[in-house]
Amino acid sequence: MYHKTLPYRIFSVFNYIFLGILALLCILPLIHVLAVSLSGKAAASANLVSLWPVNFTFEAYVKTLGNDNFITALWISVKRTVLGTALGMIVIFLAAYPLSKDESSFRGRSIYSWFFVFTMLFAGGMVPSYILIQKLGLMNSLWALILPGLVNVWNMILMLNFFRNVPKELEEAALIDGATQFRTLFMIYLPISMPAIATLSLFTMVGHWNDWFSGMLYMTDYQNYPLATFLQTIIVQQDFSKVNVDPSDLENIAQRTVRAAQIFIGALPVLLVYPFLQKYFVKGMVLGAVKE
Amino acid sequence: MYKRTWNLKKTWPFHVMLLPAVIMTLIFAYLPMGGIIMAFQEYKPWTGFSNSPWVGLDHFQYMFERPDSKQVILNTVIIAALKIASGLVIPLVFAILLNEVRKLAYKKVLQTLVYLPHFLSWVILGGILLDMLSPDGGIVNKALGFLFGVEPIFFLGDGNWFRITVVVSDVWKEFGFSTIIFLASLAGINPSLYEAAEVDGAARLKQTLHITLPSLLPIIVVVGTLSLGNILNAGFDQIFNLYNSLVYDKGDIIDTYVYRMAILNGEMSFGAAVGLFKSVIGMGLIILSYRLAYKMANYRIF
Repeated sequence: MYHKTLPYRIFSVFNYIFLGILALLCILPLIHVLAVSLSGKAAASANLVSLWPVNFTFEAYVKTLGNDNFITALWISVKRTVLGTALGMIVIFLAAYPLSKDESSFRGRSIYSWFFVFTMLFAGGMVPSYILIQKLGLMNSLWALILPGLVNVWNMILMLNFFRNVPKELEEAALIDGATQFRTLFMIYLPISMPAIATLSLFTMVGHWNDWFSGMLYMTDYQNYPLATFLQTIIVQQDFSKVNVDPSDLENIAQRTVRAAQIFIGALPVLLVYPFLQKYFVKGMVLGAVKE
Repeated sequence: MYKRTWNLKKTWPFHVMLLPAVIMTLIFAYLPMGGIIMAFQEYKPWTGFSNSPWVGLDHFQYMFERPDSKQVILNTVIIAALKIASGLVIPLVFAILLNEVRKLAYKKVLQTLVYLPHFLSWVILGGILLDMLSPDGGIVNKALGFLFGVEPIFFLGDGNWFRITVVVSDVWKEFGFSTIIFLASLAGINPSLYEAAEVDGAARLKQTLHITLPSLLPIIVVVGTLSLGNILNAGFDQIFNLYNSLVYDKGDIIDTYVYRMAILNGEMSFGAAVGLFKSVIGMGLIILSYRLAYKMANYRIF
């Protein structure tokens, strides 16, 4: 047994330690930010904080949450995420069902499939999309953040693969009992598909929450920025001209602890759904990736 | 008798179910494709598509003449190639090492930690990195100075360091998540192969070289060839959140260049032409890589 040989044991010890360090490296930056956000501003700006708060205080969070611009952006992100996820899931759920049928029961299937798959291969690009949103009059509207990404073809494929694994007998029994296709979809498939729906909803939610670029492109007024775009402007570009902060606020926003608090609040929803997400996604990923 | 009808009587519910997705895709994916004609025009927002003058392939010619756009294409390929290579090798090694962890609870903890960065956006990570990599007192430079006594490095302000930082931080964000696919294949290897090798007296290293790696070869080929399609995608989100005017020469990529040219500088048609160039080459590469993956490893995605 190789497990018991000395060289393997030595390797094992090193391996456990090495992987442990590697895994810690993945979360240390987050811990550092959290520590900075909870530290006193003097200690933070003097770079005295590493992984543990110095002069512990919630002041940065109080300031962040007292900033009207931040709260507005947060609220837009919440609206966008809830609405975008709900609508996106409905569209995908409806479309994946017919696409999961085989050729004999739905002949239009392959035409529809190609219609969707082609959009994964080729896109008009950033500039024509931008002009489209302008022409549709969606600039500065919440819909510009939601509609363009509504049909996520990749999620649709995952969903239809899930549908294909539902036993055919269930559907046949329902149809023989006189159920319509709609009834079959909602009474039979919907309850069974809950794990898949949960996974894809969480993916979609994270996608909406994290997306900052459509906000940057389509919102010309900072009042309409979702949180991700707001943070991009304030923290990454450090461009305060676009978000119109008054000089008294400027000092607060430029503070290192406040920036850290904003980053942490921006990441928080993802950190909260992550434990639920993690349970499912390994299955979902493999389902979409490896097929016999 | 086989009937060549669409059989609408039976399938109309299917068409109805597909309708919302079809309409949305038509509007938001196919309509912009029509807008591509502006790459062959001198498009001005106030004249529109129908009244803008035609310029043929001028923008494309211009693209290959301008030194900055040539540099941008080169940057894109270099950064993407480095990311693809390291993004294939490191997850593979990590998956094999993780597979040697027998304590299930420890393995779960490791997995939970390494998958996490994948779900955080580049805005969040960009904010964190800007702070940590800062040359005056960023925690990384402080640690490097403390451990190795090196002078502070301007990670995001020096072109060569910028590229390295981009590749390393991308690997850092994604290596955990990329291991999933390898771990799944590792779990699928027939245990009797290892037992037989054991009987023949092969140590673990030998088993890894002669059983694990060959068994993983098909999936390595698939991941490798499929990533070829991404050679013009060096990662807009990441670059945009990390770069600044100091590193445009080494760090600007096609997507960030299109944004700057078209949206910020108002050269809409030129931006669209560069974007179209990227889309067409990208599509060709994706189709090619899918064909290759199918041929070499019998892989099909749909």
